[in-house]
Amino acid sequence: MKVKENLMKAVFLCCACISIVAVVTICLFIFVNGVPAIGKIGFFDFIFGTHWRPSAGEFGIFPMIVASIYVTAGAIIIGVPIGLLTAVYLSMYCPKNIYKIIKPVINLLASVPSVVYGFFCLVVVVPILNNITHTNGKGILTTSILLGVMILPTIINTAESAIRAVPPMYYEGALALGSTKERSIFKTVIPAAKSGIMAGIILAIGRAIGETMAVVMVAGNQAVIPTSILSGVRTLTSNIVMEMAYASGLHRDALIGTAVVLFVFILIINVCFSLVKRKKEN
Amino acid sequence: MSKLKTYLKHSFSLISLILICLCSLITVLSIIFIIIYIVAMGVPNLTPELFNLHYNSENVSMLPSIINTVYITFLTLLIAVPIGIFSAVYLVEYAKKGSKLVKVIRITTETLAGIPSIVFGLFGFLSFVIALGWGYSMIAGVLTLVLMVLPTIIRTTEEALLAVPDTYREGSFGLGAGKLRTIFKIVLPAAVPGILSGVILAIGRIVGETAALIYTSGTVADTASSLMDSARTLSVHLYCLLSEGLFTNQAYATAVVLLILVVGINALSNFVAKKLAKI
Repeated sequence: MKVKENLMKAVFLCCACISIVAVVTICLFIFVNGVPAIGKIGFFDFIFGTHWRPSAGEFGIFPMIVASIYVTAGAIIIGVPIGLLTAVYLSMYCPKNIYKIIKPVINLLASVPSVVYGFFCLVVVVPILNNITHTNGKGILTTSILLGVMILPTIINTAESAIRAVPPMYYEGALALGSTKERSIFKTVIPAAKSGIMAGIILAIGRAIGETMAVVMVAGNQAVIPTSILSGVRTLTSNIVMEMAYASGLHRDALIGTAVVLFVFILIINVCFSLVKRKKEN
Repeated sequence: MSKLKTYLKHSFSLISLILICLCSLITVLSIIFIIIYIVAMGVPNLTPELFNLHYNSENVSMLPSIINTVYITFLTLLIAVPIGIFSAVYLVEYAKKGSKLVKVIRITTETLAGIPSIVFGLFGFLSFVIALGWGYSMIAGVLTLVLMVLPTIIRTTEEALLAVPDTYREGSFGLGAGKLRTIFKIVLPAAVPGILSGVILAIGRIVGETAALIYTSGTVADTASSLMDSARTLSVHLYCLLSEGLFTNQAYATAVVLLILVVGINALSNFVAKKLAKI
């Protein structure tokens, strides 16, 4: 009996350690393959090089880094205000019977696969922008709209639970002092829910920067530094997915190097997230 | 009436209220528009030849991809669910509070949850496809997906286990059951609804995944006959149709099937969590 107990405990422990092993191996594989390539190309030439011409041996991913930052910023500009205000509506205004319908609909938005988003954006948003702007419709703006919608559920759900976690007396106190409902919400409730909302925004940034399949369909994929909000761009993720199929040699290692940069971005975002979360718990 | 007057006096409140309503409307309408558009364009294109048992470039049948999706989902769960549940059991039932190991496990599961799927795909490509020499194969895709859904299963199971009241455990110990017996006979059965809804969420993620699969399990469009065969899932199939650019109508049809599948799976997850929680 004792043996069986201990044996199973060991099994449980091994399973729990699998996620550690997984993260370590993923890091190892990506870094061991990617870092030497970055060294070979030259750190500055790789990160700050503005030309990506694999056939000519030029591997500068600066345009992709800029593009990833631009589209993520665009997604945040579009997604955060809409998501936050929707969360305010859900938590402070929405009658119960409407809530019962809206909430599942928003969760539905979270479950739509990213290819379907990309497809929808390609057949609906791209032609519209094409007509209005007379470019080909693919670019930073389109991608930002797409990612803005894709991060909505993340922002709405985290912001809503953060707002609901604020003690009701804050809100009631503000009302009792004569503020209007909106003033009470924006001056007392939201500031109190700030760290929860921030955590949600950071999660959303992680999702936006890592999104691949939807972005590759609508971003235009030119590996140049964008000159306007309508220019086509190629993000870090789409660079990997587009060229991995046929890349070889240094070209392939450069793509893995791109993943290293993406990975570092994600790790920074993760650290920010846990810092904000810890602050919230204190 | 008096409410209206107050609003007219306070322009900040009025503008905020209008913005709040507007934004909620935008959210809800965009979701409804996406769903209705895909369904309206897709359903008329659902022809019988799209469900032919064999794929060729004439009929671009999606049935083989659907079968592959089922295979891959099943195999992934077969590996990921036991590992995920056992990890959660260790974290909740065995680990001492505040131990270093638990902290490390927490951090790594959070990291794993934050890694973008393309990085998983690249890892699967480098390790299973190249280093182990398996080539594009279903097993490479499955193992990649296992790592990807593991955090989801661990987290939901953990929550479900924590929600089981301690009195259950104490009662079981009091009757003389050992720790292992308590876990398998008392705690896990009580946590089934939570675990199940997590598993169904994981299914939704597997079915919707593209980036992690395209360079691991590959893009061969026919039904896989062994684990070492390359096989595309429905999402990958949709992506391939779009990148070929010739089959827009069939892509609509594929998208609607995929959408219904994933939305249905998620609705099921919510339903299970709610229904079983009542019992």
